[in-house]
Amino acid sequence: MLKKLFDSLRPTFTEGKLSAFRSVFDGFETFALVPDTTSKCGVSVHDSIDSKRIMSMVVIALMPALLFGMYNIGYWNAQAAGATDASFLEMFSFGLAVMLPKIIVSYLVGLGIEFIVAQWKHEEIQEGYLVSGMLIPMIVPVGTPLWMLAVAVAFSVIFAKEIFGGTGMNIFNPALVARAFLFFAYPTKMSGDSVWVTKDSFFGLGHQLPDTFTMATPLGQAAAGQPISTDLTSMFTGLMPGSIGETSVIAIMIGAAILLWSGIASWRTMISVFVGGALTAMLFNSVGAADNAVAQLPWYEHLVLGGFCFGAVFMATDPVTSCRTEKGKYIYGFIIGALAIVIRVLNPGYPEGMMLAILFMNMFAPLIDYFFVNSNINRRLARANNK
Amino acid sequence: MSLFSPKNKEAFTTPLWKDNPVVIQVLGICSALAVTSQLEPAIVMGLSVTVITAFANVIISLLRKTIPSRIRIVVQLVVVATLVTIVSQVLKAFAYDVSVQLSVYVGLIITNCILMGRLEAFAMMNGPWESFLDGVGSGLGYAWILVVVGFFRELLGAGTLLGFQVIPDCAYEAGYMNNGMMTMPAMALILVGCVIWAHRAISKEK
Repeated sequence: MLKKLFDSLRPTFTEGKLSAFRSVFDGFETFALVPDTTSKCGVSVHDSIDSKRIMSMVVIALMPALLFGMYNIGYWNAQAAGATDASFLEMFSFGLAVMLPKIIVSYLVGLGIEFIVAQWKHEEIQEGYLVSGMLIPMIVPVGTPLWMLAVAVAFSVIFAKEIFGGTGMNIFNPALVARAFLFFAYPTKMSGDSVWVTKDSFFGLGHQLPDTFTMATPLGQAAAGQPISTDLTSMFTGLMPGSIGETSVIAIMIGAAILLWSGIASWRTMISVFVGGALTAMLFNSVGAADNAVAQLPWYEHLVLGGFCFGAVFMATDPVTSCRTEKGKYIYGFIIGALAIVIRVLNPGYPEGMMLAILFMNMFAPLIDYFFVNSNINRRLARANNK
Repeated sequence: MSLFSPKNKEAFTTPLWKDNPVVIQVLGICSALAVTSQLEPAIVMGLSVTVITAFANVIISLLRKTIPSRIRIVVQLVVVATLVTIVSQVLKAFAYDVSVQLSVYVGLIITNCILMGRLEAFAMMNGPWESFLDGVGSGLGYAWILVVVGFFRELLGAGTLLGFQVIPDCAYEAGYMNNGMMTMPAMALILVGCVIWAHRAISKEK
Protein backbone atom coordinates (compact mmCIF):
# COMPACT_ATOMS: atom_id res chain seq x y z
CA MET A 1 0.00 0.00 0.00
CA LEU A 2 2.81 2.36 0.92
CA LYS A 3 4.58 1.37 -2.26
CA LYS A 4 1.51 2.26 -4.33
CA LEU A 5 1.35 5.66 -2.70
CA PHE A 6 4.98 6.37 -3.48
CA ASP A 7 4.64 5.04 -7.03
CA SER A 8 1.66 7.28 -7.70
CA LEU A 9 3.49 10.29 -6.29
CA ARG A 10 6.77 9.70 -8.07
CA PRO A 11 5.97 11.40 -11.43
CA THR A 12 4.96 14.59 -9.66
CA PHE A 13 8.38 14.81 -8.11
CA THR A 14 10.60 13.51 -10.89
CA GLU A 15 9.03 15.42 -13.77
CA GLY A 16 6.11 17.47 -12.54
CA LYS A 17 5.97 20.85 -10.91
CA LEU A 18 7.33 19.63 -7.60
CA SER A 19 10.58 18.39 -9.08
CA ALA A 20 12.48 20.86 -6.93
CA PHE A 21 11.59 18.68 -3.96
CA ARG A 22 12.83 15.45 -5.50
CA SER A 23 15.35 14.80 -2.75
CA VAL A 24 12.67 15.19 -0.09
CA PHE A 25 10.52 12.62 -1.86
CA ASP A 26 13.48 10.34 -2.30
CA GLY A 27 14.32 10.60 1.36
CA PHE A 28 10.85 9.61 2.48
CA GLU A 29 10.57 6.79 -0.01
CA THR A 30 13.83 5.12 0.97
CA PHE A 31 12.95 5.62 4.62
CA ALA A 32 9.67 3.78 4.28
CA LEU A 33 10.73 1.12 1.78
CA VAL A 34 14.03 -0.66 1.24
CA PRO A 35 15.35 0.62 -2.09
CA ASP A 36 15.87 -2.02 -4.80
CA THR A 37 18.67 -0.15 -6.55
CA THR A 38 22.33 -0.95 -5.98
CA SER A 39 25.33 1.30 -6.36
CA LYS A 40 26.22 1.74 -10.00
CA CYS A 41 29.93 2.33 -9.85
CA GLY A 42 32.86 0.99 -7.91
CA VAL A 43 33.03 -1.99 -5.64
CA SER A 44 30.84 -1.85 -2.58
CA VAL A 45 30.91 -4.32 0.26
CA HIS A 46 27.28 -4.73 1.18
CA ASP A 47 25.32 -5.99 4.06
CA SER A 48 21.69 -6.74 3.45
CA ILE A 49 20.66 -3.58 5.32
CA ASP A 50 21.41 0.01 4.37
CA SER A 51 22.18 2.84 6.73
CA LYS A 52 18.53 3.87 7.11
CA ARG A 53 17.81 0.42 8.55
CA ILE A 54 20.78 0.75 10.94
CA MET A 55 19.47 4.09 12.08
CA SER A 56 15.98 2.72 12.66
CA MET A 57 17.48 -0.10 14.73
CA VAL A 58 19.32 2.37 16.96
CA VAL A 59 16.13 4.37 17.45
CA ILE A 60 14.36 1.14 18.48
CA ALA A 61 17.18 0.42 20.92
CA LEU A 62 16.69 3.88 22.41
CA MET A 63 12.99 3.29 23.06
CA PRO A 64 13.24 1.58 26.48
CA ALA A 65 15.38 4.40 27.86
CA LEU A 66 13.07 7.01 26.33
CA LEU A 67 9.90 5.42 27.74
CA PHE A 68 11.48 5.08 31.13
CA GLY A 69 12.65 8.70 30.93
CA MET A 70 9.05 9.81 30.36
CA TYR A 71 7.89 7.87 33.39
CA ASN A 72 10.77 9.30 35.43
CA ILE A 73 9.75 12.88 34.51
CA GLY A 74 6.24 12.25 35.77
CA TYR A 75 7.51 10.41 38.84
CA TRP A 76 9.69 13.25 40.05
CA ASN A 77 7.07 15.85 39.31
CA ALA A 78 4.55 13.91 41.39
CA GLN A 79 7.09 13.23 44.14
CA ALA A 80 8.07 16.87 44.36
CA ALA A 81 4.44 17.95 44.57
CA GLY A 82 3.86 15.49 47.38
CA ALA A 83 1.37 13.46 45.34
CA THR A 84 2.79 10.05 46.15
CA ASP A 85 -0.44 8.29 45.18
CA ALA A 86 -0.30 9.34 41.51
CA SER A 87 -1.04 6.43 39.20
CA PHE A 88 1.46 5.04 36.72
CA LEU A 89 -0.63 6.25 33.77
CA GLU A 90 -0.85 9.76 35.18
CA MET A 91 2.90 10.02 35.62
CA PHE A 92 3.67 8.50 32.25
CA SER A 93 1.26 10.67 30.29
CA PHE A 94 2.68 13.77 31.96
CA GLY A 95 6.18 12.69 30.94
CA LEU A 96 4.92 12.05 27.42
CA ALA A 97 3.40 15.53 27.24
CA VAL A 98 6.68 17.08 28.40
CA MET A 99 8.84 14.97 26.14
CA LEU A 100 6.92 15.02 22.87
CA PRO A 101 7.43 18.74 22.09
CA LYS A 102 11.17 18.32 22.63
CA ILE A 103 11.39 15.41 20.21
CA ILE A 104 9.24 17.21 17.65
CA VAL A 105 11.33 20.39 17.87
CA SER A 106 14.55 18.42 17.58
CA TYR A 107 13.40 16.58 14.46
CA LEU A 108 11.77 19.60 12.83
CA VAL A 109 14.85 21.80 13.15
CA GLY A 110 17.43 19.12 12.40
CA LEU A 111 15.64 17.47 9.49
CA GLY A 112 14.64 20.90 8.18
CA ILE A 113 18.28 21.93 7.93
CA GLU A 114 19.26 18.59 6.41
CA PHE A 115 16.51 18.86 3.77
CA ILE A 116 17.49 22.42 2.88
CA VAL A 117 21.16 21.47 2.53
CA ALA A 118 20.32 18.40 0.46
CA GLN A 119 18.17 20.48 -1.89
CA TRP A 120 20.81 23.14 -2.14
CA LYS A 121 23.64 20.74 -2.95
CA HIS A 122 21.40 18.52 -5.11
CA GLU A 123 22.23 15.49 -3.06
CA GLU A 124 20.18 12.71 -1.60
CA ILE A 125 18.89 13.41 1.87
CA GLN A 126 21.18 11.86 4.42
CA GLU A 127 19.57 9.86 7.14
CA GLY A 128 22.05 10.42 9.96
CA TYR A 129 19.80 12.80 11.79
CA LEU A 130 17.27 10.08 12.60
CA VAL A 131 19.40 8.93 15.52
CA SER A 132 20.82 12.29 16.61
CA GLY A 133 17.32 13.76 16.63
CA MET A 134 16.22 11.16 19.14
CA LEU A 135 19.42 11.32 21.18
CA ILE A 136 19.50 15.10 21.67
CA PRO A 137 16.24 15.44 23.64
CA MET A 138 17.27 12.44 25.74
CA ILE A 139 20.62 13.79 26.92
CA VAL A 140 19.45 17.19 28.14
CA PRO A 141 17.86 18.01 31.50
CA VAL A 142 14.10 18.14 31.45
CA GLY A 143 14.15 21.85 32.23
CA THR A 144 15.82 22.85 28.95
CA PRO A 145 13.54 25.32 27.10
CA LEU A 146 12.47 24.37 23.59
CA TRP A 147 14.10 27.35 21.89
CA MET A 148 17.47 26.46 23.41
CA LEU A 149 17.06 22.95 22.12
CA ALA A 150 16.31 24.34 18.65
CA VAL A 151 19.38 26.60 18.70
CA ALA A 152 21.63 23.76 19.84
CA VAL A 153 20.27 21.40 17.21
CA ALA A 154 20.82 23.98 14.48
CA PHE A 155 24.34 24.64 15.72
CA SER A 156 25.31 21.00 15.86
CA VAL A 157 23.78 20.01 12.53
CA ILE A 158 25.46 22.90 10.73
CA PHE A 159 28.81 23.07 12.50
CA ALA A 160 29.37 19.49 13.60
CA LYS A 161 27.98 17.78 10.56
CA GLU A 162 27.20 19.69 7.39
CA ILE A 163 30.44 21.63 7.16
CA PHE A 164 32.38 18.39 7.48
CA GLY A 165 30.42 16.94 4.56
CA GLY A 166 27.32 15.48 6.15
CA THR A 167 26.48 12.08 7.59
CA GLY A 168 29.45 9.77 7.91
CA MET A 169 32.00 12.55 7.55
CA ASN A 170 31.65 14.18 10.96
CA ILE A 171 34.53 14.04 13.43
CA PHE A 172 32.41 14.73 16.49
CA ASN A 173 29.18 13.12 17.55
CA PRO A 174 26.47 15.69 16.61
CA ALA A 175 24.25 14.85 19.58
CA LEU A 176 27.10 15.46 22.00
CA VAL A 177 28.06 18.67 20.22
CA ALA A 178 24.51 19.90 20.74
CA ARG A 179 24.78 19.09 24.44
CA ALA A 180 28.23 20.66 24.71
CA PHE A 181 26.90 23.81 23.04
CA LEU A 182 24.09 24.05 25.59
CA PHE A 183 26.50 23.23 28.38
CA PHE A 184 28.86 26.08 27.55
CA ALA A 185 26.32 28.58 26.24
CA TYR A 186 23.66 28.26 28.92
CA PRO A 187 25.41 26.71 31.92
CA THR A 188 22.64 27.65 34.35
CA LYS A 189 20.12 25.63 32.35
CA MET A 190 22.33 22.56 31.93
CA SER A 191 23.66 21.83 35.40
CA GLY A 192 23.03 22.86 38.96
CA ASP A 193 20.03 21.77 40.96
CA SER A 194 17.00 23.52 39.49
CA VAL A 195 16.69 21.94 36.03
CA TRP A 196 16.06 18.27 36.72
CA VAL A 197 12.38 18.39 37.65
CA THR A 198 9.59 19.86 35.52
CA LYS A 199 7.97 22.72 37.34
CA ASP A 200 5.05 23.53 35.07
CA SER A 201 1.96 21.52 34.36
CA PHE A 202 1.27 20.63 30.74
CA PHE A 203 -2.26 20.43 29.30
CA GLY A 204 -3.73 19.95 32.74
CA LEU A 205 -1.36 17.08 33.52
CA GLY A 206 1.15 17.06 36.32
CA HIS A 207 1.63 19.58 39.08
CA GLN A 208 2.72 23.19 39.20
CA LEU A 209 5.75 23.62 41.45
CA PRO A 210 7.18 26.82 42.92
CA ASP A 211 10.03 28.32 40.91
CA THR A 212 12.43 27.96 43.77
CA PHE A 213 12.10 24.19 43.97
CA THR A 214 15.45 22.47 43.59
CA MET A 215 16.56 18.87 43.24
CA ALA A 216 20.17 17.87 42.62
CA THR A 217 21.40 14.82 40.77
CA PRO A 218 23.34 12.26 42.83
CA LEU A 219 26.57 13.29 41.11
CA GLY A 220 25.77 16.94 41.73
CA GLN A 221 25.28 16.16 45.42
CA ALA A 222 28.56 14.28 45.55
CA ALA A 223 30.40 17.12 43.84
CA ALA A 224 28.96 19.57 46.34
CA GLY A 225 30.14 17.35 49.18
CA GLN A 226 26.64 16.41 50.32
CA PRO A 227 25.55 12.84 51.08
CA ILE A 228 23.84 11.14 48.15
CA SER A 229 20.13 10.67 48.76
CA THR A 230 19.66 7.88 46.22
CA ASP A 231 20.15 4.22 47.14
CA LEU A 232 21.81 1.72 44.83
CA THR A 233 18.54 0.09 43.72
CA SER A 234 17.08 3.33 42.41
CA MET A 235 20.38 4.15 40.75
CA PHE A 236 20.03 0.86 38.93
CA THR A 237 16.37 1.09 37.99
CA GLY A 238 16.74 4.79 37.25
CA LEU A 239 14.35 6.46 39.68
CA MET A 240 16.70 9.39 40.24
CA PRO A 241 16.90 12.90 38.82
CA GLY A 242 19.12 13.28 35.76
CA SER A 243 19.07 13.96 32.04
CA ILE A 244 15.96 12.42 30.54
CA GLY A 245 17.23 9.24 28.94
CA GLU A 246 20.29 8.50 31.02
CA THR A 247 18.93 7.44 34.40
CA SER A 248 17.82 3.84 34.02
CA VAL A 249 20.57 1.26 33.74
CA ILE A 250 18.03 -1.50 33.04
CA ALA A 251 16.45 0.33 30.11
CA ILE A 252 19.87 1.13 28.69
CA MET A 253 20.91 -2.51 29.05
CA ILE A 254 17.90 -3.59 26.98
CA GLY A 255 19.00 -1.07 24.35
CA ALA A 256 22.56 -2.37 24.53
CA ALA A 257 21.31 -5.91 24.01
CA ILE A 258 19.41 -4.84 20.88
CA LEU A 259 22.47 -3.02 19.51
CA LEU A 260 24.81 -5.93 20.19
CA TRP A 261 22.39 -8.54 18.87
CA SER A 262 21.96 -6.63 15.61
CA GLY A 263 25.71 -6.12 15.37
CA ILE A 264 25.50 -2.33 15.07
CA ALA A 265 27.45 -1.37 18.17
CA SER A 266 30.83 -2.83 19.00
CA TRP A 267 31.04 -4.84 22.23
CA ARG A 268 34.76 -4.04 22.33
CA THR A 269 34.12 -0.33 22.76
CA MET A 270 31.32 -0.86 25.26
CA ILE A 271 33.22 -3.29 27.49
CA SER A 272 36.39 -1.24 27.47
CA VAL A 273 34.53 1.95 28.47
CA PHE A 274 33.20 0.13 31.55
CA VAL A 275 36.56 -1.42 32.35
CA GLY A 276 38.33 1.92 31.99
CA GLY A 277 35.77 3.65 34.20
CA ALA A 278 35.81 0.93 36.87
CA LEU A 279 39.60 0.75 37.09
CA THR A 280 39.98 4.52 37.31
CA ALA A 281 37.29 4.74 39.98
CA MET A 282 39.05 2.02 42.02
CA LEU A 283 42.30 3.90 41.67
CA PHE A 284 40.68 7.05 43.04
CA ASN A 285 39.10 5.00 45.84
CA SER A 286 42.49 3.84 47.01
CA VAL A 287 44.42 7.09 46.66
CA GLY A 288 41.64 9.71 46.65
CA ALA A 289 41.76 12.66 48.99
CA ALA A 290 39.53 12.30 52.02
CA ASP A 291 37.74 15.58 51.38
CA ASN A 292 36.77 14.73 47.81
CA ALA A 293 33.36 13.03 48.02
CA VAL A 294 33.34 12.02 44.35
CA ALA A 295 36.63 10.19 44.70
CA GLN A 296 35.14 8.15 47.54
CA LEU A 297 32.24 6.85 45.42
CA PRO A 298 32.63 3.10 44.94
CA TRP A 299 33.31 2.06 41.35
CA TYR A 300 29.94 0.38 40.77
CA GLU A 301 28.15 3.58 41.75
CA HIS A 302 30.28 5.56 39.33
CA LEU A 303 29.21 3.25 36.53
CA VAL A 304 25.47 3.44 37.18
CA LEU A 305 25.31 7.16 37.98
CA GLY A 306 24.93 10.02 35.55
CA GLY A 307 25.41 9.52 31.84
CA PHE A 308 28.07 6.84 32.07
CA CYS A 309 25.95 3.91 30.84
CA PHE A 310 24.10 5.95 28.25
CA GLY A 311 27.33 7.38 26.88
CA ALA A 312 29.05 4.00 26.83
CA VAL A 313 26.19 2.26 25.02
CA PHE A 314 24.83 4.86 22.62
CA MET A 315 27.51 7.54 22.23
CA ALA A 316 30.91 5.92 22.41
CA THR A 317 29.85 3.16 20.01
CA ASP A 318 28.75 5.54 17.26
CA PRO A 319 30.32 3.85 14.22
CA VAL A 320 31.15 7.15 12.53
CA THR A 321 33.07 8.91 15.28
CA SER A 322 34.69 5.97 17.09
CA CYS A 323 37.74 3.97 16.08
CA ARG A 324 37.39 1.68 13.08
CA THR A 325 40.22 -0.71 13.91
CA GLU A 326 39.30 -3.52 16.30
CA LYS A 327 42.30 -3.05 18.58
CA GLY A 328 41.84 0.70 18.44
CA LYS A 329 38.36 0.27 19.90
CA TYR A 330 39.79 -1.15 23.11
CA ILE A 331 42.07 1.84 23.63
CA TYR A 332 39.42 4.33 22.53
CA GLY A 333 36.83 2.91 24.92
CA PHE A 334 39.23 2.50 27.82
CA ILE A 335 40.38 6.12 27.70
CA ILE A 336 36.78 7.37 27.45
CA GLY A 337 35.85 5.53 30.63
CA ALA A 338 38.98 6.62 32.44
CA LEU A 339 38.69 10.27 31.36
CA ALA A 340 35.03 10.48 32.33
CA ILE A 341 35.86 9.45 35.89
CA VAL A 342 38.91 11.71 36.01
CA ILE A 343 36.81 14.72 35.01
CA ARG A 344 34.13 13.81 37.55
CA VAL A 345 36.60 13.49 40.38
CA LEU A 346 39.18 16.14 39.67
CA ASN A 347 37.11 18.97 38.20
CA PRO A 348 34.79 20.41 40.83
CA GLY A 349 33.01 22.54 38.22
CA TYR A 350 31.82 19.60 36.15
CA PRO A 351 29.95 16.91 38.09
CA GLU A 352 29.64 14.82 34.92
CA GLY A 353 32.50 14.06 32.53
CA MET A 354 31.09 11.59 30.04
CA MET A 355 30.21 14.14 27.37
CA LEU A 356 33.60 15.83 27.39
CA ALA A 357 35.44 12.49 27.54
CA ILE A 358 33.67 11.15 24.45
CA LEU A 359 34.09 14.38 22.49
CA PHE A 360 37.76 14.44 23.42
CA MET A 361 38.32 10.89 22.25
CA ASN A 362 36.31 11.50 19.07
CA MET A 363 39.13 13.85 18.21
CA PHE A 364 41.79 11.17 18.77
CA ALA A 365 39.98 8.25 17.13
CA PRO A 366 41.54 8.84 13.68
CA LEU A 367 45.00 9.06 15.28
CA ILE A 368 44.57 5.75 17.11
CA ASP A 369 43.36 4.15 13.89
CA TYR A 370 46.35 5.54 12.03
CA PHE A 371 48.81 3.86 14.40
CA PHE A 372 47.08 0.50 14.25
CA VAL A 373 46.76 0.54 10.47
CA ASN A 374 50.42 1.48 10.17
CA SER A 375 51.55 -1.22 12.55
CA ASN A 376 49.52 -3.76 10.57
CA ILE A 377 51.15 -2.58 7.37
CA ASN A 378 54.62 -2.80 8.92
CA ARG A 379 54.01 -6.27 10.32
CA ARG A 380 52.84 -7.60 6.99
CA LEU A 381 55.70 -5.90 5.18
CA ALA A 382 58.15 -7.55 7.55
CA ARG A 383 56.50 -10.91 6.98
CA ALA A 384 56.65 -10.49 3.20
CA ASN A 385 60.27 -9.37 3.27
CA ASN A 386 61.38 -12.29 5.42
CA LYS A 387 60.26 -14.86 2.88
CA MET B 1 50.86 60.65 -11.23
CA SER B 2 47.58 61.83 -9.81
CA LEU B 3 46.72 61.24 -6.18
CA PHE B 4 43.78 58.94 -6.93
CA SER B 5 44.91 57.08 -10.01
CA PRO B 6 43.30 53.68 -10.59
CA LYS B 7 46.42 51.98 -9.24
CA ASN B 8 46.30 53.95 -6.03
CA LYS B 9 42.59 53.29 -5.65
CA GLU B 10 43.31 49.63 -6.07
CA ALA B 11 45.96 49.73 -3.35
CA PHE B 12 43.27 51.07 -1.06
CA THR B 13 40.31 48.88 -2.00
CA THR B 14 41.86 45.43 -2.53
CA PRO B 15 42.59 44.80 1.15
CA LEU B 16 39.06 45.86 2.03
CA TRP B 17 37.43 42.97 0.22
CA LYS B 18 39.30 41.02 -2.46
CA ASP B 19 42.52 40.46 -0.53
CA ASN B 20 41.28 41.03 2.99
CA PRO B 21 44.03 40.47 5.57
CA VAL B 22 41.80 38.47 7.93
CA VAL B 23 39.48 36.44 5.76
CA ILE B 24 41.76 35.80 2.76
CA GLN B 25 45.30 35.97 4.13
CA VAL B 26 44.12 34.74 7.57
CA LEU B 27 46.48 37.07 9.44
CA GLY B 28 45.94 38.78 12.78
CA ILE B 29 43.56 36.07 13.99
CA CYS B 30 44.78 35.98 17.60
CA SER B 31 43.91 39.58 18.29
CA ALA B 32 40.66 39.20 16.32
CA LEU B 33 39.66 36.48 18.80
CA ALA B 34 40.95 38.24 21.89
CA VAL B 35 39.43 41.71 21.68
CA THR B 36 36.06 41.09 20.02
CA SER B 37 33.98 39.97 23.00
CA GLN B 38 32.54 43.48 22.98
CA LEU B 39 32.00 45.98 20.21
CA GLU B 40 33.81 48.99 21.68
CA PRO B 41 37.26 47.43 22.14
CA ALA B 42 36.89 45.86 18.71
CA ILE B 43 36.36 49.29 17.11
CA VAL B 44 39.21 50.90 19.06
CA MET B 45 41.53 48.03 18.22
CA GLY B 46 40.63 48.23 14.53
CA LEU B 47 41.27 51.97 14.45
CA SER B 48 44.58 51.64 16.31
CA VAL B 49 45.81 49.03 13.86
CA THR B 50 44.68 51.22 10.95
CA VAL B 51 46.60 54.23 12.24
CA ILE B 52 49.73 52.22 13.01
CA THR B 53 49.72 50.38 9.68
CA ALA B 54 49.24 53.60 7.72
CA PHE B 55 52.03 55.55 9.39
CA ALA B 56 54.44 52.62 9.62
CA ASN B 57 53.92 52.13 5.91
CA VAL B 58 54.66 55.80 5.20
CA ILE B 59 57.78 55.90 7.35
CA ILE B 60 59.23 52.67 6.01
CA SER B 61 58.40 53.75 2.49
CA LEU B 62 60.33 57.02 3.01
CA LEU B 63 63.30 55.10 4.41
CA ARG B 64 63.13 52.22 1.97
CA LYS B 65 66.14 53.28 -0.12
CA THR B 66 68.40 53.78 2.90
CA ILE B 67 67.52 50.67 4.91
CA PRO B 68 70.17 47.97 4.42
CA SER B 69 68.27 44.86 3.44
CA ARG B 70 70.04 42.69 6.03
CA ILE B 71 68.66 44.56 9.00
CA ARG B 72 65.37 45.68 7.51
CA ILE B 73 63.21 43.62 9.90
CA VAL B 74 64.91 45.27 12.89
CA VAL B 75 64.32 48.72 11.44
CA GLN B 76 60.68 47.89 10.71
CA LEU B 77 60.21 46.62 14.25
CA VAL B 78 61.68 49.78 15.73
CA VAL B 79 59.31 51.94 13.68
CA VAL B 80 56.29 49.83 14.56
CA ALA B 81 57.22 49.68 18.24
CA THR B 82 57.51 53.46 18.37
CA LEU B 83 54.08 53.92 16.80
CA VAL B 84 52.51 51.30 19.05
CA THR B 85 53.90 53.04 22.11
CA ILE B 86 52.48 56.36 20.94
CA VAL B 87 49.04 54.84 20.28
CA SER B 88 49.12 53.05 23.60
CA GLN B 89 49.92 56.30 25.45
CA VAL B 90 47.17 58.16 23.58
CA LEU B 91 44.65 55.45 24.51
CA LYS B 92 45.71 55.58 28.14
CA ALA B 93 45.32 59.37 28.16
CA PHE B 94 42.00 59.69 26.37
CA ALA B 95 40.24 56.31 26.55
CA TYR B 96 41.50 54.75 29.73
CA ASP B 97 38.66 52.22 30.21
CA VAL B 98 39.07 50.76 26.75
CA SER B 99 42.82 50.60 27.07
CA VAL B 100 42.38 48.62 30.28
CA GLN B 101 40.03 46.26 28.46
CA LEU B 102 42.45 45.84 25.60
CA SER B 103 45.28 45.42 28.10
CA VAL B 104 48.21 43.61 26.56
CA TYR B 105 46.74 43.41 23.06
CA VAL B 106 47.62 47.01 22.20
CA GLY B 107 51.26 46.24 22.87
CA LEU B 108 50.96 43.05 20.90
CA ILE B 109 50.09 45.00 17.75
CA ILE B 110 53.88 45.00 17.26
CA THR B 111 53.69 41.31 16.47
CA ASN B 112 50.58 41.61 14.30
CA CYS B 113 51.40 39.79 11.07
CA ILE B 114 49.37 42.24 9.00
CA LEU B 115 51.80 45.04 9.83
CA MET B 116 54.96 43.15 9.02
CA GLY B 117 53.34 41.70 5.92
CA ARG B 118 52.38 45.11 4.52
CA LEU B 119 55.78 46.61 5.35
CA GLU B 120 57.65 43.79 3.68
CA ALA B 121 55.36 43.31 0.72
CA PHE B 122 54.30 46.85 -0.06
CA ALA B 123 56.08 49.69 1.70
CA MET B 124 59.57 48.42 0.79
CA MET B 125 58.70 48.73 -2.90
CA ASN B 126 56.31 51.66 -3.22
CA GLY B 127 56.19 55.39 -2.63
CA PRO B 128 54.85 56.98 0.57
CA TRP B 129 51.41 57.97 -0.77
CA GLU B 130 50.62 54.54 -2.20
CA SER B 131 51.92 52.97 0.99
CA PHE B 132 49.70 55.22 3.05
CA LEU B 133 46.62 54.20 1.07
CA ASP B 134 47.61 50.56 1.31
CA GLY B 135 48.10 50.85 5.05
CA VAL B 136 44.74 52.52 5.60
CA GLY B 137 43.06 49.91 3.41
CA SER B 138 44.65 46.98 5.20
CA GLY B 139 43.86 48.44 8.61
CA LEU B 140 40.22 49.06 7.68
CA GLY B 141 39.98 45.60 6.13
CA TYR B 142 41.07 44.21 9.49
CA ALA B 143 38.85 46.60 11.40
CA TRP B 144 35.56 45.76 9.70
CA ILE B 145 35.98 42.03 10.38
CA LEU B 146 36.59 42.84 14.04
CA VAL B 147 33.52 45.04 14.13
CA VAL B 148 31.31 42.36 12.55
CA VAL B 149 32.56 39.68 14.97
CA GLY B 150 32.37 42.06 17.93
CA PHE B 151 28.83 43.09 16.96
CA PHE B 152 27.50 39.54 17.04
CA ARG B 153 29.46 38.52 20.10
CA GLU B 154 28.28 41.45 22.17
CA LEU B 155 24.71 41.26 20.88
CA LEU B 156 24.27 37.53 21.50
CA GLY B 157 26.66 37.16 24.41
CA ALA B 158 25.61 40.10 26.55
CA GLY B 159 22.49 41.50 24.88
CA THR B 160 24.12 44.91 24.58
CA LEU B 161 25.79 47.03 21.92
CA LEU B 162 28.53 49.49 22.92
CA GLY B 163 27.37 48.94 26.48
CA PHE B 164 23.71 49.83 25.88
CA GLN B 165 21.12 47.15 26.39
CA VAL B 166 19.55 46.26 23.06
CA ILE B 167 17.55 43.15 23.80
CA PRO B 168 14.45 44.28 25.71
CA ASP B 169 13.69 43.10 29.23
CA CYS B 170 10.48 41.44 28.10
CA ALA B 171 12.53 39.00 26.02
CA TYR B 172 14.45 37.95 29.13
CA GLU B 173 11.21 37.57 31.04
CA ALA B 174 9.89 35.35 28.27
CA GLY B 175 12.80 32.97 28.87
CA TYR B 176 15.50 34.34 26.58
CA MET B 177 19.05 33.97 27.89
CA ASN B 178 22.39 35.37 26.83
CA ASN B 179 24.58 32.85 25.09
CA GLY B 180 27.58 32.34 27.37
CA MET B 181 29.52 30.62 24.63
CA MET B 182 29.62 33.87 22.62
CA THR B 183 31.88 35.42 25.24
CA MET B 184 34.44 32.62 24.82
CA PRO B 185 37.24 32.87 22.26
CA ALA B 186 36.19 29.51 20.80
CA MET B 187 32.98 31.05 19.51
CA ALA B 188 34.92 33.97 18.00
CA LEU B 189 36.85 31.46 15.93
CA ILE B 190 33.60 29.93 14.69
CA LEU B 191 32.25 33.42 13.89
CA VAL B 192 35.40 34.33 11.95
CA GLY B 193 34.89 31.05 10.11
CA CYS B 194 31.34 32.10 9.27
CA VAL B 195 32.57 35.46 7.97
CA ILE B 196 35.10 33.64 5.76
CA TRP B 197 32.33 31.31 4.59
CA ALA B 198 30.03 34.23 3.67
CA HIS B 199 32.90 36.11 2.03
CA ARG B 200 33.83 33.17 -0.17
CA ALA B 201 30.22 32.48 -1.08
CA ILE B 202 29.72 36.09 -2.19
CA SER B 203 33.07 36.36 -3.99
CA LYS B 204 32.44 33.16 -5.93
CA GLU B 205 29.14 34.41 -7.28
CA LYS B 206 30.71 37.53 -8.73
